[in-house]
Amino acid sequence: MDKLICKCGHENPPGTILCESCGRPLNEQEQDKKLADMRYEGTARRSQTYNKSIIDKIWNFFSSVKVGVGIIIILLIAAALGTILPQKQYVPATTEADIEAYYTDIYGSVGTVYHALGFHDLYNSFWFISLVGMLAISLIIASLDRFVPLYKSLKNQRVLRHSSFMHKQRIVAEGPGDADTLKKAEEKLTGLKYKVSTDKNGLLAEKGRFSRWGPYVNHIGLIIFLFGVMLRMMPGFYVDETLWIREGETRAIPDAPGYVLESKGFTLETYTGEGEEEKFGEAIDRVGTVAKNYQTDVVLYKIPEGALPGDTADMEVVEEHAIRVNQPFKFDGYALYQMDFQQDELKTMSFELQNKETSESRGELTIDLVNPETTYELEDGSVVELLGYYPDFSGFENGEPQTATPLPKNPGFLVKMTTPDTPDGETSFITIQNTVEPLGDNDYKLAFQGVETRDASGLTVRKDRTLPILGLGGLIFMIGVAQGMYFNHRRFWIQQQADGSILLAGHTNKNWFGLKKDLDQVTEHASLPTYRDQQEDMEAQEKREGEQLT
Amino acid sequence: MSTEKKSNKKKNRTIMRSVILLLLVAAIGYTIYNSVTADEVEVLKVGDAAPDFTLTDLDGETHKLSDYEGQGVFLNFWGTWCEPCIKEMPAMASQFEVYEDQGVQVLAVNIAQSNFEVETFARQYGLNFPIVIDRDKSVMTAYNIRPLPTTMLVNPQGEIQRIVTGEMTEQDIAGFMEEIKPE
Repeated sequence: MDKLICKCGHENPPGTILCESCGRPLNEQEQDKKLADMRYEGTARRSQTYNKSIIDKIWNFFSSVKVGVGIIIILLIAAALGTILPQKQYVPATTEADIEAYYTDIYGSVGTVYHALGFHDLYNSFWFISLVGMLAISLIIASLDRFVPLYKSLKNQRVLRHSSFMHKQRIVAEGPGDADTLKKAEEKLTGLKYKVSTDKNGLLAEKGRFSRWGPYVNHIGLIIFLFGVMLRMMPGFYVDETLWIREGETRAIPDAPGYVLESKGFTLETYTGEGEEEKFGEAIDRVGTVAKNYQTDVVLYKIPEGALPGDTADMEVVEEHAIRVNQPFKFDGYALYQMDFQQDELKTMSFELQNKETSESRGELTIDLVNPETTYELEDGSVVELLGYYPDFSGFENGEPQTATPLPKNPGFLVKMTTPDTPDGETSFITIQNTVEPLGDNDYKLAFQGVETRDASGLTVRKDRTLPILGLGGLIFMIGVAQGMYFNHRRFWIQQQADGSILLAGHTNKNWFGLKKDLDQVTEHASLPTYRDQQEDMEAQEKREGEQLT
Repeated sequence: MSTEKKSNKKKNRTIMRSVILLLLVAAIGYTIYNSVTADEVEVLKVGDAAPDFTLTDLDGETHKLSDYEGQGVFLNFWGTWCEPCIKEMPAMASQFEVYEDQGVQVLAVNIAQSNFEVETFARQYGLNFPIVIDRDKSVMTAYNIRPLPTTMLVNPQGEIQRIVTGEMTEQDIAGFMEEIKPE
């Protein structure tokens, strides 16, 4: 394609609509229009001018706003699809096979299809990320393609424009003028904080040009935001793990190397409705109990530099802290949130060694279900010996008692009871519901006395190093929005022609009312000819024509 | 404008656009790579150095992984509630008898159970290899162990030779010990 040479002699890049220098329309289509298309100052969108190599073709594809909007629509639909059924991380299953089975079991054939299409992990799928990436490419290229020529054009704009350009502006005024009209207009415009430049017989007054950069600034914000989201996938930037910890337990914090947490206790407080809380009485009566506080008291330890996992001897206390809902424990970029709890898990069980017939007691023993002892010595030489302990007894296999989990949910004990009466010892298998005497009838039994319980806290371990980046992106985005929305780029071109008459044109990217208010003041001060709004004239005419037809 | 200048400009344009596109595509590619491998990034891979640790066994003796450098270490993570773990234990014991003299060490890492449970179990099955208890799950976390049993085969150079999840037969175990025994 060749350069477009305007009648004024200026060479314009191919694709230009309005001459960069004088503003004359450069193609027939534009010449026929009543109003000039001022969106990009009539400059050539760079991509449209070259379309030769494959790189140019890709570039042009992403430069299109239509393509950008298309990508956004596809993304919206895809993101919506991901919300129809729960994503895989919210499904109570861990292995791939279990997850697949879960979707089929709960949601039937819909679930099977949903899983088969990969929608159960939609937001991490390569095609979803590719789409977001394509949106980023589109934002960058479309912005570059428009910003660069617009910037150049506004930077190099001339004061004097061709009368055809002036006449194609929405606000136009033409009429007689005095010798000092331009001077007075300049005076008033300067007073209205316009930047005025003059050339021979004309002036250009401009205000708020930076408003034109608004869309590009907010695109920069979006790109930074997307970059922050991308960083989340890099190791070390983002941690979101769950840690279940029971009262008295000490646990390594997942994905926080070197840190170990001990739970001192979990507290659930409810409103009592007494004293100061009397005012809540009515509400409490209506709904039962109302939680006031969920709290886990913890001690944070750090393994010294260079110590190995498992080497807890030299652990140092970092801090004791109470974790409450919405009041996370923050340390070294990590935050521990109180998220869940489980109350009244078994901790100890107490028994009394009794003679079955006489109910005579041989003493009591308490078995710590977390860390049981081997022998329990009672009064007058009686001994209870623990032969086997099955914290979550689930039945026998080949005569062996089994445990389903390591948690004391349904403890089973194989014990040998020895008393002075029964020096050879008697064996008994005890569970909460049931006692089995595998080696014949016993004289003694362990009578259940009571339990102690403990609570478990569900904590979320989170680290997010990308937040400042996301915040910065959001801030820049908002600055861009404000820049484009609350400020206007207003311009007036005024020329005194050879016969002394005045030709004026005005343009703004938005808020024509504000532009007219400015112009009213200038018109009054400098006695300019009355202006007309060509778009309103056109609309009024169309309306009249419409009425005539009906 | 001369044709030479024009073709130069065109060349520059193509280079500029190619560079920008390439950078963007690389960033997206890297993101996708990271997300697809997200689950495995933190998990150890074959060929990685096995993270060193130190744990105490039932006799109170300390076992530090790096002390076994030069030997193959058969590192088995287990618990008494895990059926396949229990099933493979006797096989591990009998193969340990065969391979102990050839420089293969078995270390069974129990996940945070009580001394009583582990001791009773070891006695019941007559286990001849050291059993250490990972009381605060820090070694489990460091190795990112999810399902039990998981066995990490550490070669004499201290690298992970193979990761086995699920139950192993005695034949498997013999084969794995053969793999990690020093030359």
